[in-house]
Amino acid sequence: MLSLDRVGKTYPKGVHALGGVTLDVELGEIVAVIGGSGCGKSTLLRAIAGLDPPSEGAVVLDGERITAPHEKIGIIFQEPRLLPWLKVADNVGFGLGNLPKADRAAQIATALRRVGLTDKASVWPRELSGGQAQRVAIARALVPRPEVLLLDEPFSALDAFTRTDLQDHLLDLWADAKPTLILVTHDVDEAIVLADRVMVMRPRPGRIFDEIEVDLPRPRDRQSAAFDFVKRRVLAALDRSLNRAPTGAEGEPKAAAGAALWW
Amino acid sequence: MTLAGDRAKELLSQPATPQNLARLVRPMLGLVLPVTLAVLWELIVRMGWATGRLAPPPSVVFATFVDLARTGELQRHTLVTLWRVGAGFGIGVAAATCIGAAAGYSATVRRLVDPSIQGLRAIPSIAWVPLFILWLGIFEASKVTLIAVGVFFPVYLGLMSAIQSVDRKLVEVGRAFRLTDFAMVRRILMPAVLPAYVISLRSGLGLGWMFVIAAELMGASEGLGYLLIDGQQLGKPAEIVAAIVAFAIVGKVTDWLIVLAASPFLRWEDVVRQD
Ligand SMILES: Nc1ncnc2c1ncn2[C@@H]1O[C@H](COP(=O)(O)OP(=O)(O)OP(=O)(O)O)[C@@H](O)[C@H]1O
Ligand SMILES: [Mg+2]
Repeated sequence: MLSLDRVGKTYPKGVHALGGVTLDVELGEIVAVIGGSGCGKSTLLRAIAGLDPPSEGAVVLDGERITAPHEKIGIIFQEPRLLPWLKVADNVGFGLGNLPKADRAAQIATALRRVGLTDKASVWPRELSGGQAQRVAIARALVPRPEVLLLDEPFSALDAFTRTDLQDHLLDLWADAKPTLILVTHDVDEAIVLADRVMVMRPRPGRIFDEIEVDLPRPRDRQSAAFDFVKRRVLAALDRSLNRAPTGAEGEPKAAAGAALWW
Repeated sequence: MTLAGDRAKELLSQPATPQNLARLVRPMLGLVLPVTLAVLWELIVRMGWATGRLAPPPSVVFATFVDLARTGELQRHTLVTLWRVGAGFGIGVAAATCIGAAAGYSATVRRLVDPSIQGLRAIPSIAWVPLFILWLGIFEASKVTLIAVGVFFPVYLGLMSAIQSVDRKLVEVGRAFRLTDFAMVRRILMPAVLPAYVISLRSGLGLGWMFVIAAELMGASEGLGYLLIDGQQLGKPAEIVAAIVAFAIVGKVTDWLIVLAASPFLRWEDVVRQD
């Protein structure tokens, strides 16, 4: 289990980016984090990854405090960040430790097959499309079999079609080993398609403002009424988190904005 | 370079459509001007419109070149010059790589050494010659030192700034995969820096050739630079031009050797250059 205990972050220049985030995530759970720009989502994710340890509080994975990158935690960034001097296959195998050649090749081949890029194994990253490159990045992150996979707006640079494609793909891959996924996104649909829980954050300092369970069976139909219902709830929470009038029909604007203030 | 070879093969194996012909011919365009001028000058001298005494026509230069090669003079002088450039280049590159890598990697080292090196860089290297001669004598040591100094600066600068401008995002990938410092250097920093490093080696080598001429012009009994002076003092312009041609050839060949040695490691870069 992954536990965040009052995780706070103040950057050296005095920016109070995170103000005490407490959150427990069960193994295999998919949590989406959503919120306005600059509300500390990336900071939170980087703290969990151990890339930028928190200045207050603690990130604890299976009883172990995370202060540096950990083998059980993988991360996928907004950009694929493939190493341009390695062929696709070697990029996928980048996180594999010392293994016999055959094992290594087998694991890489499996990972590439799972993301549907077997034919690109010996191609340079520059020769991939954006969506393909991000799939390679996903394969690279999954190959070491992380227990927790963090994703920071992984599909935001892709076109809408590729994005939904990769969302479905990610779910497929997740179903294999069922790691914990923590996904930062700007896309409400993406959050609801993927997550068991959507955390809405609010800024200055960043903290969790609201939490919405997504109790829909998978695969989820983006067109269904139930989906739409959850979407409205998330959008309303998002609006309140930004002290804005809600976009949905329900709720009076004044009351909603007021409701945000007590937090 | 293997790439060029592959490309040539690929071109040759294709049917000779007008487009393919154009692709073969286009690189040759650069030869049109010099060849035309050379042929023109040859004709003018042959026709007796000019004596060609001070500016020998290509045929005379070629004859002189062959002559020098037949007596072994050309090889002897070339080897001496090559040795000087090789030694100076080796020393300069070794020093520049160590100091440049340290300064690129560690901000403390950079703060410590970079201002001094930048200060020294402002001095035209030739200005050191009298001092080097006083310290090291007029023979090989002072020449090699001058070349090493000339090579040092571009390589140092190139390597240091390349290390500093390594994409932090890729370094972070290394961190996320828990690379040790050593693995980080070997698996991320070195490959990331290599293209810029090779470029700096090439410009360092170019300067090395420039400084070897300077060193040899200022006093030498052997070397291609000596051949230049010899040709001047004996009034043999064809010998001067032959020596210049020799410089051009060895300069180009050594540059090409660097490119060749690096090309297996830089093939990933070629992907963009192809078109
Ligand atoms: N390295 C840093 N140094 C100083 N301040 C930073 C740094 N990184 C982020 N911040 C600040 O911390 C706050 C939160 O930033 P963060 O990147 O976590 O936001 P975010 O929610 O991911 O935003 P976005 O949705 O735009 O990606 C912002 O105010 C930002 O300016
Ligand atoms: Mg962010």
